[in-house]
Amino acid sequence: MATAVGSPIELTGVTKRFGDLVALDGVSLAVAAGTVTGVVGPSGCGKSTLLELIAGLEEPSAGTLAVAGHPAPAGRLDRCALMPQSDLLMPWRDALGNASVAIENRGGGRRRARAEARPLFERLGLEGFERTRTWELSGGMRQRVAFARTLLAGKDVLLLDEPFGALDAITRAELQEWLRAALLAEPRTTVLVTHDIEEALLVCDRVAVMSTRPGRIVLELAAGYGDGERAAAIASPPFLEARSRALAALR
Amino acid sequence: MRWTLRHLGWAAVLAALVAAWQAYVRLRGVPQYVLPAPTDVARTLWDERGPLASAAGVTAREMVAGFAVALAFGFAAAVGLHASATVRRAVYPLLVASQSVPVVAIAPILVIYLGFGLAPKLVIVALVCFFPITVAALDGFRSVSPEHVRVMRTLRASRIAVFRRVELPWALPSIFTGMRVAASYAAVAALFAEYAGADSGLGNAMREGTGQYDAPLVGAAVVVLAALALGLFGAVTLIERLTIPWARRVK
Repeated sequence: MATAVGSPIELTGVTKRFGDLVALDGVSLAVAAGTVTGVVGPSGCGKSTLLELIAGLEEPSAGTLAVAGHPAPAGRLDRCALMPQSDLLMPWRDALGNASVAIENRGGGRRRARAEARPLFERLGLEGFERTRTWELSGGMRQRVAFARTLLAGKDVLLLDEPFGALDAITRAELQEWLRAALLAEPRTTVLVTHDIEEALLVCDRVAVMSTRPGRIVLELAAGYGDGERAAAIASPPFLEARSRALAALR
Repeated sequence: MRWTLRHLGWAAVLAALVAAWQAYVRLRGVPQYVLPAPTDVARTLWDERGPLASAAGVTAREMVAGFAVALAFGFAAAVGLHASATVRRAVYPLLVASQSVPVVAIAPILVIYLGFGLAPKLVIVALVCFFPITVAALDGFRSVSPEHVRVMRTLRASRIAVFRRVELPWALPSIFTGMRVAASYAAVAALFAEYAGADSGLGNAMREGTGQYDAPLVGAAVVVLAALALGLFGAVTLIERLTIPWARRVK
């Protein structure tokens, strides 16, 4: 791609141990620049650890990994923004203040950061919620604000850790479509960790299936079923086949 | 009626206690120099309003100045203890142990050293208020959610930005709790300091009153001192509500 946005992520034989516990066992994964890869697996398979490793917040016990060719943790941290499962919004800031915190961290003052964040905030469907306090936001809106905050970090790589795990099914479906659209509009190299196979197949371009602990990648699938109408996509034979293959790999 | 009961119940209890005290003194014919009736105290409050007001001004200044010094040093100490594990291990046990030295015991030494003016009072009030503020602030800093800090690190936050935007706001409710405890100590500390040697202030008035068997004057001074203590406590609570309105909505 000539207009590649984002950095490729490259993991080769990455193993992570915490004492005697093997969280990840020889994980190899390549994420092309500007694409969205889903990592699906049961709870406790080390998905969150995988994201922390990529982000440079943890170091592998064995194997190598690089983000845009940078193997050092500081270099990786420089290129990755992490969105955690619980939104971790700060109640002492309003919605726009939370979204713009990364811009503020770069310096230049609160007012300028807010002004700079506003266009994206509005594009993500958050217009009118600028001054809303975090405890007044619904679960879905909180995740949108958290995603806006992650995007506004201006990093090439987005690491999304179960972003919709705590939402009800209807809000979840709505946000999956919203996220797919947002990532088409603001392309980034993205890793989405989820335990929901359908979510991964709908939101991501590729899906990697992880086994239970120690986490290993047991299957990789092409995805990208989320661009058309949701109900049709979910009922289409290729989607159903991909889903059953993933389910079989999880057993 | 229910609102009145819930919010003014304390006034009813107080009135009952004062009435019982009045009845006891009058019915048993207790001499005024042993135990003055509330009405005697009230009369002295009015008759001596000029001297009491100027004494209260002196004591209030000692309380507020000592409290402010304790806040500045306590906050700085907590930040230092939080920032460095080495400093914490070296200093914190000594800090805790220092609390076993009664301030009453060192007050006369400070008066000998610093004279009869504002300085020794300020130091004594500050010494008493320092500890609760430091401990509460340090507690607040130590309780910061590591997930919030981690996410902030992926949002381009420097160490200082993490402190300013996460750790400090997170610790503020705890710091205010420490400040409220310290505020309630400040009056007693100022009184101790004035007992140890002073030529003005409410403590001085009480000492003189005791010497002359003027129990109503002592009682009046106690009432004024209690009002000062409540005033400082109330001021801290008011500032807390204004600066961290979010704290009552979350957690």
